[in-house]
Amino acid sequence: MKLAYWMYAGPAHIGTLRVASSFKNVHAIMHAPLGDDYFNVMRSMLERERDFTPVTASIVDRHVLARGSQEKVVENITRKDKEERPDLIVLTPTCTSSILQEDLQNFVDRAAIESESDVILADVNHYRVNELQAADRTLEQVVRFYIEKAKKSNSLQLEKTKKPSANIIGIFTLGFHNQHDSRELKRLLNDLGVEINEVIPEGGSVTNLCNLTKAWFNLIPYREVGLMTANYLEKEFNIPYVTTTPMGVVDTAECIHEIADILKQNNYDKNFDEYIEQQTKFVSQAAWFSRSIDCQNLTGKKAVVFGDATHAASMTKILAREMGIRVSCAGTYCKHDSDWFREQVQGFCDEVLITDDHTQVGDMIARIEPSAIFGTQMERHIGKRLDIPCGVISAPVHIQNFPLGYRPFLGYEGTNQIADLVYNSFTLGMEDHLLEIFGGHDTKEVITKSLSTDSTLNWAPDGIAELNKIPGFVRGKIKRNTEKFARENNINEITMEIMYAAKESVGA
Amino acid sequence: MSETLSETLTFECETGNYHTFCPISCVSWLYQKIEDSFFLVVGTKTCGYFLQNALGVMIFAEPRYAMAELEEGDISAQLNDYKELKRLCVQIKQDRNPSVIVWIGTCTTEIIKMDLEGMAPRLEAEIGIPIVVARANGLDYAFTQGEDTVLAAMAHRCPNQDLSKVSNGDLTLQEQGSKTSNQFPLTTVLNNKIVNKLFNFNTKIETNDVTPYYNHAPLVLFGSLPSTVTTQLNLELKRQGIKVSGWLPSQRYIDLPVLGDGVYVCGVNPFLSRTATTLMRRRKCKLIGAPFPIGPDGTRAWIEKICSVFGITPQGLETRENQIWESLQDYVDLIKGKSVFFMGDNLLEVSLARFLIRCGMIVYEIGIPYMDKRFQAAELALLEQTCNDMNVPLPRIVEKPDNYNQIQRIRELQPDLAITGMAHANPLEARGISTKWSVEFTFAQIHGFTNARDILELVTRPLRRNQSLEGLGWTKLVKSAVS
Repeated sequence: MKLAYWMYAGPAHIGTLRVASSFKNVHAIMHAPLGDDYFNVMRSMLERERDFTPVTASIVDRHVLARGSQEKVVENITRKDKEERPDLIVLTPTCTSSILQEDLQNFVDRAAIESESDVILADVNHYRVNELQAADRTLEQVVRFYIEKAKKSNSLQLEKTKKPSANIIGIFTLGFHNQHDSRELKRLLNDLGVEINEVIPEGGSVTNLCNLTKAWFNLIPYREVGLMTANYLEKEFNIPYVTTTPMGVVDTAECIHEIADILKQNNYDKNFDEYIEQQTKFVSQAAWFSRSIDCQNLTGKKAVVFGDATHAASMTKILAREMGIRVSCAGTYCKHDSDWFREQVQGFCDEVLITDDHTQVGDMIARIEPSAIFGTQMERHIGKRLDIPCGVISAPVHIQNFPLGYRPFLGYEGTNQIADLVYNSFTLGMEDHLLEIFGGHDTKEVITKSLSTDSTLNWAPDGIAELNKIPGFVRGKIKRNTEKFARENNINEITMEIMYAAKESVGA
Repeated sequence: MSETLSETLTFECETGNYHTFCPISCVSWLYQKIEDSFFLVVGTKTCGYFLQNALGVMIFAEPRYAMAELEEGDISAQLNDYKELKRLCVQIKQDRNPSVIVWIGTCTTEIIKMDLEGMAPRLEAEIGIPIVVARANGLDYAFTQGEDTVLAAMAHRCPNQDLSKVSNGDLTLQEQGSKTSNQFPLTTVLNNKIVNKLFNFNTKIETNDVTPYYNHAPLVLFGSLPSTVTTQLNLELKRQGIKVSGWLPSQRYIDLPVLGDGVYVCGVNPFLSRTATTLMRRRKCKLIGAPFPIGPDGTRAWIEKICSVFGITPQGLETRENQIWESLQDYVDLIKGKSVFFMGDNLLEVSLARFLIRCGMIVYEIGIPYMDKRFQAAELALLEQTCNDMNVPLPRIVEKPDNYNQIQRIRELQPDLAITGMAHANPLEARGISTKWSVEFTFAQIHGFTNARDILELVTRPLRRNQSLEGLGWTKLVKSAVS
């Protein structure tokens, strides 16, 4: 058992439902107790979906507990088949069905005979995989199912498209800025003269999956979802794939180079260097921004990055490599992908934190006291508490991270968005400078900055008043040193005198 | 339309394929209500994910609830449940030092048959903090019924007092009464004077306390309401000379009301049937079956019923109700003659429908997760009477509704307002059906005379919004709009 207040990645079935409901005309049926269909609320609220979320539950109640689901699951599948006529029905197990150990595959087989829709059982185990891993797996499962089916009926499209083309794999519902990224990637590929073959799962149709094999290559923008599918397609059909996330100026160029290499192998030799230079220097403003005097003020400022593997790694590289910001700690909650993450951020940050415990992240931030945080909604709240600005760069997210305006994180427009985000997150340079000169204009009382409540120290009013006179950027350090001094000398109440005694003792 | 409306109250039961919140959501309001409590939900990531997302920002405000997240070792019994729970509860005691820890059993603990009720007393003795067990799981209950399971469990923890054996003049009783101060019953004028003398209360309190309460048997109200609302209802009864001896739940666990033979209890919410049963059968209390104090009509009927049980003639109630109705007139004008469809997810539906019918609305369907006809008997009778008074057909009551079928009926009936969960609200709006999220009724203050306006504030909001957007021609916003 684990005492948990909050989690970064959701349970497995959420991943499956996200993939299933991203496809057009695919219905998911959860084998779950009443109330587990909360996914529908999230999709309807966060994505502001206009359509009914194609997810229903085959309810597990007392009755089912006593007798087993028996006909219920089969009936629910065949009923949905008649009502909605979906192309595919995905039976989705939950934590409950994991323990009940009913033979769901058997239900699926029986229902498949009666239904016109295809029916599959999502192959995910609640206790082994999380939301992201389950999504990756389900996407691969659906693709494999339809490729095999096409193979059997000889409708598989093995001939490549005439012009170079790509599949974009891994854009899906409730993903962080996925819709905007998708549009930006299409534009990027279009600029390169690469046609879009299929985009899956978002807006894709399962009946078109047999066309996947026509593409020259696959583009996997996010590591978390799509890699398994890309691996499968490479193994079966020798379709190469690009996994470099085109996030930031350097990595976008890298991604384009990889695409060029693949095209070259297919005797389509085109040099994109001029395009990259043009985009980097004049379309994206990020390169110019990093040379401008504004960005000078950010040099050496401390930042902390935390998020999913893709976004945290890319962000770390952008901050360190493209903006000269010091990343004190980069971390991810994708524990299953920690090796890749370490390798990516090596040399770009002082330390690496791999954890899915938000209190560890909070304590790390409290210890480092960065000037800005780039993280998830949880880090934003930690930042609020510690009075440190935070830019949100990764899921888990709130409704405000589903903006109506165009806000990609990928491609050249993405670099602009990120530059704005970074710049706005740090206190504006000149304002910061003035604050230091005039000793700050905030009158808020500093009581305790750390998240853990182990401190029994008391700050006397005059001590707090004195502390507030100290410029913001060193205040935390002074406070910590004073408290350390007080603790070492068994002092419980910190007055102005104690503060200066502490200062004298460390000579700071 | 005519075929769906009938002359008598009809009860139907559908498939139970409907959307509602998991009952563990009750921790969100109960931990705020019971200030010295800590709620530990023993369940999986699924439960945690639901709480985290459903409660949004509350999560970040150091809530007094947490998940005991079950891992594979717990499911396969490789780990010892008792030891694991002890480890977590000791940690909670250290960090928060609550007066009570409430264990919320979930679907998983049911399926693996974790003996929470058996373990709680042992652990309670070992760590010295009361542990209350409530099985608020999705296998058995819907949304607000979670509160019902918690309160039913808490009813066992209320201090006991057999009132059939003590008389008013008993001095030991007064001493006990002073210990538990304001919740202890039997505070007659006489007693007050004695107690006041004993404790040298100043004259101001004395004059305040010498309210002419009738010498009636103690009354305890049950149902969790924000403290401002409990105060309002207390005052409402005080006007009739009725003293509320206590509330289940109280603001603090250590202040739970005294129960026992001879204590009258009355519910304030329609979803508290288990609590009512427990109070009657296990604590020997007498249940006052009344309509619920939702809307001015409900509030009046509720007070009248309580008065009649104590043999008191209510004073000035009719005037008070009329005054409230007058103050609601602007909102009532907005909704009069409009139709409403309850999809059903929180068990408040019958009371709300009854109030809206009194406001002049036409109710097509009352979906409801679970219908306890005995506990809601008075409410159902008032609904029937209200329909007759207003001369509108009786709505159909659909228990365990089927959301898919309901959507078909909504398409057919085209109600002016659908009261529904958040899973369906946006899709219905996109199809030109105005909606109100039902969950808001659970979290808003809707009880008593004072809050009647808040209910209509919620109900009229979509209609007022539509008024202000009228003329833009954007009502149906789906590509294949089905009408």
